[in-house]
Amino acid sequence: MAKVIVYPLTSTILADLVERMGHESLVIPTEVRKKIISTSIDSPPLNITPDDPKKGLKWAAVDVPSGVRGRMAIIGPLIEAAEAAIIIDDPGCLTGCSGCNRANELVRLLIKTKGIPVLEMNYPEDENEARGFVRKIKIFLEGLK
Amino acid sequence: MIRIAELACGPEYSGIQKEIERAAEKVGAKIVYPEVSLEDILNVEKKFGVKVASGDLNLAMARAVRIIENPDLADAVIVMTCFRCAEAAIIRSEIRKFIHEKSRLPVLSYSFTERTTAETLFTRMEALVTTVKFRGLLARESQKGLTAGIDSGSTTTKSVVMKNNQVIGTGWVPTIEVIQSAEDAYDAALSAAGVNRADIQGLGVTGYGRFLVGKHFDAKLVQEEITVNAKGAVFLANAQKGSATVIDIGGMDNKAIAVHDGIPGGFTMGGICAGASGRFLELTARRLGIDITDLGKLALKGNYENVSMNSYCIVFGTQSLVNSLSMGCKPEDVAMAACHSVAEQVYEQQLQEVEVKEPVIMVGGTSLIEGLPKAMESLLNINVIVPRYAQFVGAVGASLLVSGLLEG
Repeated sequence: MAKVIVYPLTSTILADLVERMGHESLVIPTEVRKKIISTSIDSPPLNITPDDPKKGLKWAAVDVPSGVRGRMAIIGPLIEAAEAAIIIDDPGCLTGCSGCNRANELVRLLIKTKGIPVLEMNYPEDENEARGFVRKIKIFLEGLK
Repeated sequence: MIRIAELACGPEYSGIQKEIERAAEKVGAKIVYPEVSLEDILNVEKKFGVKVASGDLNLAMARAVRIIENPDLADAVIVMTCFRCAEAAIIRSEIRKFIHEKSRLPVLSYSFTERTTAETLFTRMEALVTTVKFRGLLARESQKGLTAGIDSGSTTTKSVVMKNNQVIGTGWVPTIEVIQSAEDAYDAALSAAGVNRADIQGLGVTGYGRFLVGKHFDAKLVQEEITVNAKGAVFLANAQKGSATVIDIGGMDNKAIAVHDGIPGGFTMGGICAGASGRFLELTARRLGIDITDLGKLALKGNYENVSMNSYCIVFGTQSLVNSLSMGCKPEDVAMAACHSVAEQVYEQQLQEVEVKEPVIMVGGTSLIEGLPKAMESLLNINVIVPRYAQFVGAVGASLLVSGLLEG
């Protein structure tokens, strides 16, 4: 079983495919859930406090916007833990919405430069492409076993 | 309850969403998030004119469109994005203009960091709420009866006594101990007016120390300095009808307020560093060995282009100051360069966040440093008005507004 980070990091479609193939998916909702159920509700709705953007300094400099650094406090450890990655280029908000494109750019860069196996593809636009999309992901994930 | 629509990108992940809500709660307002459909977001370009790569900014624009189409959804708007994000800065400004042009809702524009607290936002939120809640009071154009105002500022405390629409006495002291300074300024104004404290029908208080001073004097009106100064400025400049822009460069922060018919429509309050405030001019005067009241006249004789000065940070600004003097620059050129540097920062950092419409009125103690309005005039290419009693603007505004509470 490999730890597979998916991009966009909120994609339930990709997370589901990874889990079905017996791997662990690394996605934001799981991490946010941990923050909400393991600590007191400091700062609803996500329970992110001003300390998180400071933790994000490990991945982004102080002159990077605080919203990017706050996201990196959650995403950075996922990238560090990742053993493989699936990246969907030009995903659109329907694939999995991530609000800040500056954070998205940094995340894609860090994943691609980590030196782990990466499957990069476009989001399918019709049924045929969708079948090919799932097939390619399946083959990639099987290769990780 | 006043509903403030939050159009934002990044506050949850910056960990400050709770601070925004706390500030709103403190001023008796509620943050609301106008509902939009997925289709509204996907089609935002059709109605707003642009879409960008960041989903949260598209959401903010879609919410702005929704507010314009359904004005009953909110009473005021805050547009907030992360500090240092270029994409967000462009969209924040466009959303502010969009709301400003298409509605009469007051708008506050602010860029935050993770260090933004409810306290930082408090005065700004209070001004938004005042603008909505006391629209009738803010529309008041003349002072009646015998009233007084105290402006408990960070550097100086000012007081005026007004009678039948005229200032009849003023008092001005440095702020040392907040209550004592207010007492001294008030006594000076009463003495100059030749009236007793017991004769005053209503006292209004504003400025940083307003709550403490207001409680001490049992003031009838305790109000933040954005709406009060805006009102005082248009009253003193006789510009109560139509549009106006008020610039107040204070000792601790600066205010830029777009006013329409005497009521603030959009405003910013802040400043990156003391280098963009009256503090830097005080420091310059001290280094030049002159009184602050003489700095402006000296500056008018100088040329800022002869000195390399950048007071973006007060430490580096002071370094520029010392360097230029050690290189033999003339004191008058240094004085003008300091004025220009402060004006330039207010122009670059704050006037870009409001609609600058004539007349431009400069108020506050710094407006009397003649080099500063002159520098602002050259940057804006607009004639800048410094009305009589400009340094007492907050006290005048408070005195004028409190007279509105005496009737009925």
